Amino acid sequence: MDAANIAVAAKYIGAGLAAIGTGAAGIGVGTLFGQFLNGALRNPSAVDGQFGRLIFGFAVTEALGIFALLIAFLLLFAV
Amino acid sequence: MAEAGPAINPIEQFSILKIVDIHIAGHDFSLTNSSLYMMIAVALSCGLMAIGAAGGSGVPGRMQAMAEMAYEFVAGMVRSAAGESGMRFFPLVFCLFMFILLCNLVGLVPYSFTVTSHIIVTVSLALLVFFTVVIVGVMENGLHFFKLFVPSGVPIYILPLVVAIEIISFLSRPLSHSVRLFANMLAGHITLNVFGGFVVMLLGAGALTKALAVLPFAMTIGLDALELLVAFLQAYVFTMLTCMYLNDALHPGGH
Repeated sequence: MDAANIAVAAKYIGAGLAAIGTGAAGIGVGTLFGQFLNGALRNPSAVDGQFGRLIFGFAVTEALGIFALLIAFLLLFAV
Repeated sequence: MAEAGPAINPIEQFSILKIVDIHIAGHDFSLTNSSLYMMIAVALSCGLMAIGAAGGSGVPGRMQAMAEMAYEFVAGMVRSAAGESGMRFFPLVFCLFMFILLCNLVGLVPYSFTVTSHIIVTVSLALLVFFTVVIVGVMENGLHFFKLFVPSGVPIYILPLVVAIEIISFLSRPLSHSVRLFANMLAGHITLNVFGGFVVMLLGAGALTKALAVLPFAMTIGLDALELLVAFLQAYVFTMLTCMYLNDALHPGGH
């Protein structure tokens, strides 16, 4: 096996490792919506006022998963 | 990548192409597809607002209702995040919101170009916000602006550490602010392109696999809907963070 093949293999392994980060973001988003639903079922009247914060938290959490996905894509296509 | 790569290169959609070559005094001022789509976004937002404001009737039509909704949405955001004194910066925040939203939405049209998927654009916008916050904060509050880095109620022995963390987090703001928008748009468009590429690959592979091409096609449609949400959401988040940072500049003690 020559060095070029090892480099390609390392690239794909790195991309796969980076994609683990999206799962971590999945935990975050799940916690976010779970906790929101938990609170929302206890006090349904407060749901409408907090919806903006829910979406905001979702976007900020989701962005971290996107960062990991970005690294994976960069390794796959740009390196 | 040259060897064993996919037939469709998902990065290719982000390449900047020159449309009109313009060189002034040795500098490259060429009209590229990036600047063309920025102009389209600006023209669309100006057109929406101009048509929406032209009627001025008591019973709004479609365009006027849309323009008023956009105005009210951003105005509500500025008021809730930065207070009534933050309304001085409403024009800046509104321009940022409309520009980013329309760049994102125009980029979703197939075969078009997404301006906000280039980090140079988002970093420029984030640095604009960052320096606005620093300059306004120092002008408004003088040295009190630096109370931003010294939270109240922190025990004295841990204060140096907290101040260091606050300063680092303040300086890293433009980075996270810009990378969030850029990475979301980039990753979303690459994902769309990869799934679109699956459709083409399956169609080209043989008669048996042609029927399977429906699956990634359906996925592409679903992802497109998600991207529509993300396009709006990221414009909202960028503007919301801008409002929060402006709030820090206007009321530095209050956090």
